[in-house]
Amino acid sequence: MSKQQFVHKHLISLEDYSKKDIELIFKTADQFKEVLNRQIKKVPSLRDKTIANVFFENSTRTKLSFELAQKRLSADVINFSASNSSVKKGESLLDTVQNILAMKVDMVVLRHASVSAAKFIAQHTNCAVVNAGSGTNAHPTQGLLDAYSLRDKFSDLKGKKILIVGDILHSRVALSNIRCLKKMGAKVKLCAPYTLVPRSIDELYDVEIETDFNKALKWAEAVNMLRMQLERQNEAYITSTEEYVELYGLKSTHLKMYKDLVVLHPGPINRGIEVEFEVADARQSIILNQVENGVAIRMAILFLISQNI
Amino acid sequence: MARKKVISTNDFKALSLRLVHQLLEHHDFSADSVLVGLQPRGIYLSEVLAKQLLEVTGLKHVQKAMLDHTFFRDDFRNQQGVLTPNATSMDVLIDDKDIVLVDDVLFTGRSVRSAIDALLKYGRPKSIELLVLIDRRFQRELPIQANYIGKKIDSIDKEKISLEWNKTYTLAQAFIE
Repeated sequence: MSKQQFVHKHLISLEDYSKKDIELIFKTADQFKEVLNRQIKKVPSLRDKTIANVFFENSTRTKLSFELAQKRLSADVINFSASNSSVKKGESLLDTVQNILAMKVDMVVLRHASVSAAKFIAQHTNCAVVNAGSGTNAHPTQGLLDAYSLRDKFSDLKGKKILIVGDILHSRVALSNIRCLKKMGAKVKLCAPYTLVPRSIDELYDVEIETDFNKALKWAEAVNMLRMQLERQNEAYITSTEEYVELYGLKSTHLKMYKDLVVLHPGPINRGIEVEFEVADARQSIILNQVENGVAIRMAILFLISQNI
Repeated sequence: MARKKVISTNDFKALSLRLVHQLLEHHDFSADSVLVGLQPRGIYLSEVLAKQLLEVTGLKHVQKAMLDHTFFRDDFRNQQGVLTPNATSMDVLIDDKDIVLVDDVLFTGRSVRSAIDALLKYGRPKSIELLVLIDRRFQRELPIQANYIGKKIDSIDKEKISLEWNKTYTLAQAFIE
């Protein structure tokens, strides 16, 4: 136990967090990882807090991970998903959240299709808000856990070469990854067809763009293979899935060539599209470590934020 | 208020040696006894005692661990700044063992309460005892007493007792102010 500065009451986007904040989250997560390996994996830190998981979009990993983190911290948890709620009857976002808060909830974990939903709720209510994914803009806990998993592997992220491949245009994971990794001093390169890269992203975040996957792989020490977001493809961004797989899919032949390459994937995996079937189970893959670390990272965030409410 | 030395380094040497001998009267460190230093400041004392135990008994190894109890505290939201945890390293099985919790100063007893809670998450020890270098008498807020005490000190609430270690964490002196 030691005292440190951490002023945040919300986690909306990693843009608001400093390198020091992120390091503190990582350090706290280290200890929660130890807790998760105990015989009794529960601590009473949040026993006086009630947390609502408000999910307007589908989720398996993030929702389970948050819920498990909250339960391991002894918080009371209520779950809300839009598909079977009054939202279907026409209730607005703010009304929905305010009704939940009227039940004396201390913290809201929010996932929403709108880019600014989490910020909006933070501004218009008194509760603490943790963003569990907002539109195509931010998914900060995923950014944190990806960087944390890489830190596990490399011990220090400074100067490490991280490649992010795939549907960057629709990916909040990519943006949160870039924000987090850049703050920790890593070098970030994006690799995708130009149609899947948002305009000016290279200038905004000081990252490089490379359209040749093989060239980019040669440079990289770790590669984060983003999911092809088939549900967000309203227009034709790629000629065909087959062509995309041929040009940007990570195959076992690549892993044979680059034996020390670390492979990440935020999930859910489309096996056979962004990674070849066997790649996800390869020795170099830390995909399941990411999931394990996700719980520890979310416990750390909830633990730190809860001390400021 | 003036700063006054309550334990000198010479006192510390004598006190820690006495504590080791007292421990040996009740514990068999070749079998079932484990020293558990409490983070953040009890771990150094625990190390010192472990080293002296080896010297006195001629054993090659004593079982020791360190425990952080941040997540079990009852006051962690009333502080300036946020509390963050230190490392826990419990690489020993504590089931059916005799545990000696080691801390530098016993004050309100709240840290010890949370440490006991934290310890019990690892199993069911046969017994738990408490060793402290300094017992601030008459300041307890919980019914907790130490089994082994280096020195008892009478103090008032506002006074602060601090331990200062040398660079290698082998010797300490204590001050009251």
